[in-house]
Amino acid sequence: MAIIQDMMPAFELFQPASVNDALALVNRYGKDAWVMGGGMDSLDWFKDRAKKPKVVVDLGQIKELRGVRQQGDGVEIGAMTTLTQVATNSLIQSRYGLLAQAARKVATPQIRNQGTIGGNVSQDTRCWYYRAGMQCYRAGGNICYADTPTAMNREHCLFEADRCVAVSPSDTAPALIALDAKFVVRNSKGERVIDAEDYFIGPKVDITRMTVLKPGDLLTAIRIPGTWAGARFYFEKLSDREAWDFALVNVASAMIVEGGTIKQARIVVGGVANRPFRLKPVEDSLRGERVSEETAELAGQTAIWGAKPLNHNHYKVSLMKNLVKRSVRGVKV
Amino acid sequence: MEWFRWERNPWGQEILIGLSWDLIWVAVAAGALLIVAHALLYYWRWRVAGAATISRTLPCSELVEPINQLPEKILRHSVASRLFHWVMAASVLTLLFTAFLPIWGVKFSWVTAHWIAGLVLTAAIIFHIIHASFWKGLSFMWISRQDLYGRWMTVKETFGSAVEIENKPGKNPLENKLFHHVVAIATLAAIITGLVMMAKIDTPWWNRNPYVLSDDTWGIIYIIHGAGSVALITLIMAHLYFAVRPEKRWITLSMLRGWIPRERYLEHHDPQRWPVGEAARRDAAASVASETEG
Repeated sequence: MAIIQDMMPAFELFQPASVNDALALVNRYGKDAWVMGGGMDSLDWFKDRAKKPKVVVDLGQIKELRGVRQQGDGVEIGAMTTLTQVATNSLIQSRYGLLAQAARKVATPQIRNQGTIGGNVSQDTRCWYYRAGMQCYRAGGNICYADTPTAMNREHCLFEADRCVAVSPSDTAPALIALDAKFVVRNSKGERVIDAEDYFIGPKVDITRMTVLKPGDLLTAIRIPGTWAGARFYFEKLSDREAWDFALVNVASAMIVEGGTIKQARIVVGGVANRPFRLKPVEDSLRGERVSEETAELAGQTAIWGAKPLNHNHYKVSLMKNLVKRSVRGVKV
Repeated sequence: MEWFRWERNPWGQEILIGLSWDLIWVAVAAGALLIVAHALLYYWRWRVAGAATISRTLPCSELVEPINQLPEKILRHSVASRLFHWVMAASVLTLLFTAFLPIWGVKFSWVTAHWIAGLVLTAAIIFHIIHASFWKGLSFMWISRQDLYGRWMTVKETFGSAVEIENKPGKNPLENKLFHHVVAIATLAAIITGLVMMAKIDTPWWNRNPYVLSDDTWGIIYIIHGAGSVALITLIMAHLYFAVRPEKRWITLSMLRGWIPRERYLEHHDPQRWPVGEAARRDAAASVASETEG
């Protein structure tokens, strides 16, 4: 159980100046090392004393991890680029407005100035039972406190629950998956490039992690190919407050539409599963269809097929249905 | 090394949440030790006492008369028994792999496969209990005074004493019976607690509710489940080791084809304690006939 206080437990702080130095540190300390981006997720954990790492590796001093660069017909975004930089970058605004819009929707201006794109996609879930330090499945215990007859689970998942019912809280992750981004992960053995969709893992595979990152791994960059540049985008986030809040449900879609007919589509919903939930059946059903009210309605209906609401989150079913419907019908971005 | 895993519950109480996974390595080490010890003992007996002591064959004069009265193939395991064995083997291996590989770092979607294999094992064991109680007869697995005496004679013989009394087992030697009973305890412990754990998953018949038991009781359930599962690692290592030993191959083969050669029957079993009656002879003949047709 977390002890809510502002005094963090002691840890050794490292601020490496290069990726190689950072890799050497995370390799040396393994599970004892905590990799910190902007600190927006990390400091909460430390202050609540729910996570007590021996070593914190702060990536804030590594210049090579910052900035947006053109790469071929796409872009590469350093993992330590702040969300404000992502949201205001002209290249991203002009070609990948979906990501700019999603980044603009994260929390507050202060948090976006400090929080990073790498941290936003790699942050831990916000399930309050877990964040409070309860020993649930995700924390290594034998129970999910959020899925019991008396649990408060208004913010929890509709899909892919496997013991844990927490959701992925990121706003930028659905947008990056919709843009078919690639995540560059480095460790002491080398570099690997992972599809954004595969970067996130559900509890079926590993209940204690949200992403493929293991001790010793660093997310160094995110590459977005040119495939979806300038496509028809839609992003919408619904939360209890307009700002400084996590999404109850968000949706990101990218569609290539020619003459009113959908040629290709990628639609991803956040806040409904342990990882950003890509709607492949909906994407398949949209291919070759005309953009119309009927098509949008059908997409919404298809999207919620298989949803299993918990005690207090039935509202998410209709929320998700309508967001998907609007993403197909509307032009918001 | 720790024996148990402890956590702090939302009310600040220290609670047991299960067996320490360090014990997996203890189980593997115990299994390896048992295998090495047996292999060394076997080698020592072979060197000191000679092959005749450890691989006993009867002289022809002792075989001629009984052989004429016996079918060529003696039925040792019926189709039902073999089916149970292999279903149990498949489900137990599935359960162990789906349970322990994720702990060892091999991450995959294991929960559904685990509980389905658990239900298959439960059904197989219920079938086995009914089959053994009403068809096979429970006496085949009882440990008798004769079993204990026979094993004691073998131990004495191993360490060099002259043993004159020929004491062969019935259908199942003492070690088989002991192995069966230990496996039964470990498996029943794991599946009974596993069935209780089904309260924690949603099924078509009920929604999961972890509050049906207190934290402490769940801790005990998890410890028993873990202990049964970890014990099965050692037991299966030993079982596989003996199954592949050359001198035990005829027993292993009998679990595939059902029968043993009559020579082996006479060499290793006491016909008084495991009589091959008319029914058994008919079964053996039918089994052989069906194989011939196949």
